[in-house]
Amino acid sequence: MTTGPLPDAEQLVAALIEKMRGNVAPDTGLIGIVTGGAWLAERLHTALKLEVPFGTLDVSFYRDDFQHKGLKRKVAPSDIPFEVEGRDLILVDDVLYTGRTIRAAMNELFDYGRPASIRLASLVDRGGRELPIAAQFVGATIEAGQSVELKRDAQGRLSLALSID
Amino acid sequence: MKIHIKNGRLIDPAAGTDAKRDVYIAAGKIVALGNAPSGFTANRTIDASGLIVCPGLVDLAVRLREPGFEYMATLESEMQAAAAGGVTSLACPPDTDPPLDEPGLVEMLKFRARNLHQAHVYPIGALTVGLKGTHLTEMAELTDAGCVAFSHADAPLTDTQLLLRALQYAATFDFAVWLRPQDAGLARGGVAHDGQVATRLGLAAIPVCAETIALSTILLLARETGARIHICRISSAEGVDMVRQAKARGLKVSCDVAIHHAHLSEMDIGYFDPNCNLTPPLRSQRDRDALRAALGDGTVDALCSDHTPVDEDAKQSPFAEAETGATGVELLLPLTLKWIEETKLPLAQGLARITSEPARVLGVDAGRLQLGVGADICIFDPARYWKVEPTALKSQGKNTPFTGVEIKGKVSYTLVDGLLVYESA
Amino acid sequence: MFLTSNPQLNKNGELHHLLSIEGLPGEILLQILDTAESFVGVTQREVKKVPLLRGKAIFNLFFEPSTRTRTTFEIAAKRLSADVINLAINVSSQSKGESVLDTVANLAAMQADMFIVRHSQSGAPHLIARHVGEDIHVVNAGDGRHSHPTQGLLDMFTIRHYKHDFHQLKVAIVGDILHSRVARSQIHALTTLGVPEVRVIGPKTLLPTNVDNMGVHVYHDMAKGLKDVDVVMMLRLQNERMQGSFLPSPQEFFKFYGLTAEKLALAKPDAIVLHPGPMNRGVEIDSTVADGNQSVILPQVTFGIAIRMAVMSILAGN
Repeated sequence: MTTGPLPDAEQLVAALIEKMRGNVAPDTGLIGIVTGGAWLAERLHTALKLEVPFGTLDVSFYRDDFQHKGLKRKVAPSDIPFEVEGRDLILVDDVLYTGRTIRAAMNELFDYGRPASIRLASLVDRGGRELPIAAQFVGATIEAGQSVELKRDAQGRLSLALSID
Repeated sequence: MKIHIKNGRLIDPAAGTDAKRDVYIAAGKIVALGNAPSGFTANRTIDASGLIVCPGLVDLAVRLREPGFEYMATLESEMQAAAAGGVTSLACPPDTDPPLDEPGLVEMLKFRARNLHQAHVYPIGALTVGLKGTHLTEMAELTDAGCVAFSHADAPLTDTQLLLRALQYAATFDFAVWLRPQDAGLARGGVAHDGQVATRLGLAAIPVCAETIALSTILLLARETGARIHICRISSAEGVDMVRQAKARGLKVSCDVAIHHAHLSEMDIGYFDPNCNLTPPLRSQRDRDALRAALGDGTVDALCSDHTPVDEDAKQSPFAEAETGATGVELLLPLTLKWIEETKLPLAQGLARITSEPARVLGVDAGRLQLGVGADICIFDPARYWKVEPTALKSQGKNTPFTGVEIKGKVSYTLVDGLLVYESA
Repeated sequence: MFLTSNPQLNKNGELHHLLSIEGLPGEILLQILDTAESFVGVTQREVKKVPLLRGKAIFNLFFEPSTRTRTTFEIAAKRLSADVINLAINVSSQSKGESVLDTVANLAAMQADMFIVRHSQSGAPHLIARHVGEDIHVVNAGDGRHSHPTQGLLDMFTIRHYKHDFHQLKVAIVGDILHSRVARSQIHALTTLGVPEVRVIGPKTLLPTNVDNMGVHVYHDMAKGLKDVDVVMMLRLQNERMQGSFLPSPQEFFKFYGLTAEKLALAKPDAIVLHPGPMNRGVEIDSTVADGNQSVILPQVTFGIAIRMAVMSILAGN
C-alpha cells in the first residue's frame, strides 16, 4: 500500500500496461469509462496494439444515485464501435472506489449484447468497496479515504490530483 | 344619535374644501361643519386625528350577484365589502340572472338592499329584455321601480338599428343609457389585448378597434338621438381621444375607467394569471398611461371598481376559460390614492373621481358633504399600509390581481345616513 | 399581476417543469440537446432502454387528442424504464363535472411523478404546474396556441445535427404563425440559441400582431422570404383554418405559401426542410419536397424521442 504523496500517473500507466500485456488478445474489446477511464483506455489501446478500436461508456443513465444527484450537466454519448456479443471485454476506469460505477457500466454493457467475459483495469484502487467487485489489473493501491481524480494536460500527460468526494 | 367627528382633515371635492374641520351629525344628517351647533351633545365622538374625512365613495359598478349568482357572492357579503371599502352609494349593473329587466326584480333588490342599512343601491336597468338585444325593456316602469339608468352590461348588442331605437326611446324620457363600447364581432373569442403579450402567450386577441368602432357608433348615435350617454370601462388611448373630442364638440357624454385599468397593463398577465382576465382586456402600457392622464384632465369622469366577485372554481381554469372580472370595491379607495400619489394631483381633485363626479354621472345627490343632507361619510387613514389577502377581504370574491400586494390607505369608519356601518378593528 | 417569477425553474435555477421555451436560458436548451445526443445512441442499440426512471409513474394527460405526440412521449418514457399511464380526457364531459385541477389532484394522489400535458387552451400546463406538489414535474406537450417546447427542441436538435452551428443561419418559418404553438416555440428557441436571422412568412391573416417584437423579420412573399435561407420550417395548416375567414381555400394558400421545388430552389442549395407533422401534402408542402433529399422530416421524428427522453430525465433528476 502506498502512503504519503500521490504516485506519478505516468508511471502507473506504464505499470498497468506491463500487467496487461500478455493477458489480452488482439480482438479484446477495451472500454473506457468517461472521462478518466476513456483517456486511460486510449493510452492502453495504443500501447497494447489492439486491433479493434476502443469504446467509451458514459454510465450516467445507469447510475444508482440518480435519485439523489440527478443527471450531470453534460452526458457524453456512449460509443462502442464493435460487437459486444460474445467478446472478451476489459472495462477501464481511472479510480476504483465503491464499485458502483463498475456495476452501472456492466449493466449498460449488457444492453449492447452478451459479452463472453468482462475484466476490470483500474489505474488506482483506493479501497472502500461497497459491492463485490475487484479489478484484475491495478496500477497502484493507495491509502483508503484519499479521494483522487485523474487529470490530463494539453500535451496529453496524465496526473493524479486530490479531489473532493 | 348624535355624532361628532373631531380633529379630522376634511376633504370635500365638490366644495373644494381641504381643511381641518369637525363634522356634527344629528338625525342622520350633517348639521354643522366646523363649529358645533349650540347645545350639541354627541352620543358618540369619533377622533379622526390623522385621518381624512371625505364624502362616502360612489362606485359606478358593483356586482352584488343577486339574483342568480349567489354561489359567487351574496347581497350581504358584497354590501359589507362596500361598507369596508368606504362606498356609500353604488350602481349595480343589470347582469344578474335573470337580468334586471322587470320592475319586480328591481323593487326586490332595492327592498333587500334597504333592509341591510348599508350603502344606497342604484340599480341600472337592462336596456333590452333578458339582455338579448332584441326587445326594449319597459324603461319607464323600471325607472319608477328605482332604475337610474339603462345598460347592456357586458352582453353583446349587435343590432345597431335596435341600439338607435333604444337611444331614441331613452332620449324621449331623458333616461341615461350606459354602454360599454365593444364590437362583438371584433371581440369574438378574444381574451386579451391584441398586442405583444397575447402574441407571446398565444391568447386569442381583442384589438383596440373593437372598442373604437363601437365607440364611434355610440357617439354618432348619441349625436343623432340626443340621448344622455355614459361610456363604461373605456380601455384604450384611442378611445379616450374620441371621448375627448366628443366632449369638446359639446356632446352629452360622460365616461368611466375601472380601477384595475388605471394601474395594470397586459404585461401583468405574466404567466397566465387568471385574475388578470378582465373585461375589457388590460391593454398596453401606453393605453394605461393615457387612461391615467384622462382621469387627471377630466376626460374620464369617474373611476369605478367594476367589482366582479367570482367563485374560486371559476378562476381555477386555463386563462381563456376562467371567468372574467376582479373583486375591487374594497380596493377602490387605496388604488385611487395610489393613482393620486403617482400622478401628483391634489387629493381633493383626485378624490372627486370616486365621489362627486360619479354622483353627477348617476344623477343622485351624493358624493359631497352638505348641511341638511344624509351623512354619507368615509373616514380613512391615508398612511396606513395593509396587505391584500383573500382572507382579509369581506367580499365573497377573492379574485384580485393585487393579491399579496401592500397598498396604502385604509378605511377606518363608514357612515351611511349618519349610521356607522363600518368600523375597522 | 405578480405571477412573474419563472415557474419553470426551481430555486437553484434548474429546470423543474418544461412549460415553454420562452424564458429558458440558452444553457438549459443546450443541456437538453446535448443529453439527447446520448439518447440517440441508446435508441440505436440492441436494448433500446436505460433504467434511469425505473419505478417512476408518468401520466400522459391528453385533454386534446393527439396520437402521434402521445406515442412519442410514451416511447420515450418506456425507453427510460418508467411506467406510463395514458389518459385521454374527454373535454366535453369534463366541462360538465370535474375541473382540470380536480383531475390532476386525483392523479397526483396516485403517486404520479410527472405529468405530460396536452390541452387546447393556452396556459393550461402553467395552471397545472401551479397546483401540483413540488415533487411532481409537468411537461407541456402542446397548449393551445402558446407553446410546444419539445417540438421546438427537437427542431433545434435537427438543425444542429445538419448545420452544426446556430450562429450563421438564416431560418424561415412558413405558414400559419398566428395559431401555431410550434412556431412560437421555434422562434424563442432560435433566437435564444443565437440564430441571427429568423423570418416568418405568411399572409397577414395568419400572422399575430407585433410578431416582430419576438425578434423575427416578417415576409408575405415566399420568393423574398426564402431567398438564401439555410433552414425552411413548414407549419401545419389546421383544417378549420383552410376555408372561411382566414383563407379563401387550401388551393389558393398552396399557390402562394405551399413549399414546392421551385420555391425551395430560392433557398441555399443545401437548405433543409422541416415539418412538425402530420403533413397536408398539396396544401402547405408538395410531395416532391416532402419526400425529397432536402427533407429531414423523418429524422425529426427519431430525434423527437431522444429529446423527450432527455427532457424527462433532466426533470426527474432535478
